[in-house]
Amino acid sequence: MSSISGIESVPSKPLVTASQLSVALPVLAVLLASAIFAAFVALYGQNPATVFGLIVQGGFGSSFAWQDTLSRAAPLVLVGLAVAIPAQAGLVIIGGEGALVLGGLAGAVVTLPFAGAHALPMQLLMLLAGGLIGGLWFGLAGVLRQFRGVNETISSLLLSYIGIAVFHHLTEGMLRDPASLDKPSTHPIDPSYMLPTLPGVGVHAGLAVSLLLAIAAHVVLRYTRWGFALRVVGGSARVARMIGLAVNRWIIGASVVAGGMAGIAGAIEVAAVQGTANSSLIVGYGYSGILVAFLARHQPLAIVAVALLIGGMQASASLLQRRLGLPDATMLVFQGLIFICVLVADAIAQQLRETTRR
Amino acid sequence: MSVPQVELKNMTKRFGANLALNNVSLLIGSGTVHALLGENGAGKSTLVKCLVGFYHPDEGHIQVDGREHRLNSPKDADALGIGMVYQHFTLVPSMTVAQNLVVSGARLPAYINWQSELRRLGEVTRKLPFHVPLDVRVSQLSAGEKQKAEIVKQLYLGRKLLILDEPTSVLTPAEADEVLGHVRSLARTGELSAILISHKFHEVRRFADDVTVLRRGASVRTGAVADLTDDALAEAMIGEPVSKMVQHAPKSQPKSDIVLSISDLRVNGDNGLPAVKDLSLEVRAGEIVGIAGVSGNGQLELVEALMGQRDRSGTMTVSGSSFNGTRQEIARLGVYGLPQEPLKNACVDRMSLAENLALRNFDRVPLCRGIAMNYGALADQAERLVAQFRVKAPGLNASMSALSGGNVQRAVLARELTQDVRLLVASNPTFGLDFVACEETYRRILEARNGGAAVLLISEDLDELLGLVDRVLVMSAGRIVHEVSAEGADKRVIGKYMAGLKAA
Repeated sequence: MSSISGIESVPSKPLVTASQLSVALPVLAVLLASAIFAAFVALYGQNPATVFGLIVQGGFGSSFAWQDTLSRAAPLVLVGLAVAIPAQAGLVIIGGEGALVLGGLAGAVVTLPFAGAHALPMQLLMLLAGGLIGGLWFGLAGVLRQFRGVNETISSLLLSYIGIAVFHHLTEGMLRDPASLDKPSTHPIDPSYMLPTLPGVGVHAGLAVSLLLAIAAHVVLRYTRWGFALRVVGGSARVARMIGLAVNRWIIGASVVAGGMAGIAGAIEVAAVQGTANSSLIVGYGYSGILVAFLARHQPLAIVAVALLIGGMQASASLLQRRLGLPDATMLVFQGLIFICVLVADAIAQQLRETTRR
Repeated sequence: MSVPQVELKNMTKRFGANLALNNVSLLIGSGTVHALLGENGAGKSTLVKCLVGFYHPDEGHIQVDGREHRLNSPKDADALGIGMVYQHFTLVPSMTVAQNLVVSGARLPAYINWQSELRRLGEVTRKLPFHVPLDVRVSQLSAGEKQKAEIVKQLYLGRKLLILDEPTSVLTPAEADEVLGHVRSLARTGELSAILISHKFHEVRRFADDVTVLRRGASVRTGAVADLTDDALAEAMIGEPVSKMVQHAPKSQPKSDIVLSISDLRVNGDNGLPAVKDLSLEVRAGEIVGIAGVSGNGQLELVEALMGQRDRSGTMTVSGSSFNGTRQEIARLGVYGLPQEPLKNACVDRMSLAENLALRNFDRVPLCRGIAMNYGALADQAERLVAQFRVKAPGLNASMSALSGGNVQRAVLARELTQDVRLLVASNPTFGLDFVACEETYRRILEARNGGAAVLLISEDLDELLGLVDRVLVMSAGRIVHEVSAEGADKRVIGKYMAGLKAA
């Protein structure tokens, strides 16, 4: 029996509060990652100041840059939500890429039988199909966890590989448009079904869908009994069962909704950008989403901000390549550095909490 | 190495602003058993953690045979022959006793010569007054045998001062007597000295030579056990003269209607094997039925099945309706619970106190309309409950882990007992709580009973149980093996059933 638990005292006020810490640590992590990245580009003989200048310019320096950034941020917000929503229920699901590509595939083929229909129902149908398939895919990870005891992190990651393989199998086989020669693709969707461009912004309507879903997630998690119940389930499944919550349903439900988000992201990419499903869909949005969610501490509104940041970084990659001849993967290195620093900061925060508790 | 005399001098230890130890001195004479009495949070564990090198005292020092030593780590304590027997077993279940003992050595060679190790082990155990089978897997030992094996391990490691942290909490009365009897005789023959942490007076009286009582980190009474009466010890412990702790509550006449009815209940344990076997019982409105038993005989699984936390087969009805632990059933039939270790089993520690107080009714008016939560109403309710149950906390938004054990329990009592309770399942509800919180818990349970609720009380503390219940059932190996009314209860008989020595 530890005497610690029995100590009758109110803990002395810490130097920084938990909420200050939760903002400060990711910021510090990004700064540290930037410092390491600066050293990295210096090693390549580049002036770090020039590189950072180009990142800002390429991501946020012009209206063209902003359009590029925003259209990349749209899927990033959704795949970020796909990590953050299950995180509320205590799940670490990282297989967004698989749900995204399958959702994209579903979106690409679902309207093919319907030629000459009204655009709006077709657009909704594409998003719905993408969400449904993505939800099913993540739902598998939830079912495996609750009924077979399989760790959801590992199963979702492996399911992601299976999803990508299924995607290749179908786009290069059954669903292939014979006219697509060098890049196997599905039949292109009717151009009139493509998501419109938002007036005045110059970015596709998928951005609005992402923002609406992020706001909806924020409201549901923060202000409804569903969000409350989900936090109970994530905080302690034992207690959730004691108070009569159907834990299996909540866990699987959260997985399905999250997979739906990733699936819609894929459908948006198809319906707004690609117009067809092919390997251009597999560019790592799902994995970037993990970074987005962790950096945003799984808070839906923060995810929007972080998705802009990461979207901007990715948008600037081509500028870095053109101006400085830095390889395409440079931005991936930067992202990786940020991710590692965030994880380390999380671990340190955990330790800090434990020592202050003593 | 002879048995040293160990002395702690003027030990002070602070955790932040909190004084956990306040100038405590303790002398353990060579070959004596020194009992450490005190409520939870009195500083017993902090003191012995200083002695085994886990904590470093802010002031004071430790003398062994008159020489001062600094204990920077458990290794230093090991070098001085100081070892601790924990409440919970530290043996690897899948290995034999002999293997456990050999691998417990601090400096294990890369290549283990099992034959010579086993020979050395045999020499150690031959001299002991009791026998522990060496080539049996630990998982097959009874709790008493495991505790003995822990003690053998300490002797094998050459420890001369054993610290026993509530060693009998997991043993039957007979096993407890045997284990502590051995400790005492080993001390008598000069094999070791011991510090016995306990809160059971009769153990202290029978097995210890000296006793020190701690209260709020200070040593308030110390002396030979023979010179101190139970009343004097109790008074020192709680700091005020004792009125009899729980008055044997006036037995209310149980009403005839059966609230909880279980028949042929089967529940599997974590290992997939049946832990509760064809168990049937009934609890009537206005009565407390106690389940006595040594921990690990299926009580945990029984409680979890009743609370809907574990799959089961067999029928369970509450007031005639079948009960599966859904939210609607809980609210309609009034089934609530007081689990042991409430922070872990009844609270979500990453949620706030106010939110934890709302776990039972967060989805009902006024806390929630439609799907929209009303956090203002949630805060109002929390404020009301905190005042009513005198929960001390840094604030309504404090996380549960910022509360002390007693206040966590008060919060859970506030949440569970302000509902319309018709069946209360309490499982070791006072485990780890201080005196005041215990008494309050008892009072609230009795109030619930007097209000007409049916109460099922599972407890490993037989004294607690007999003080509260109207009827006792004894559980052993997953079955009810004995039933007796509280008036007719005989502790020795119950103890035999608990130990599985008598079958139903």
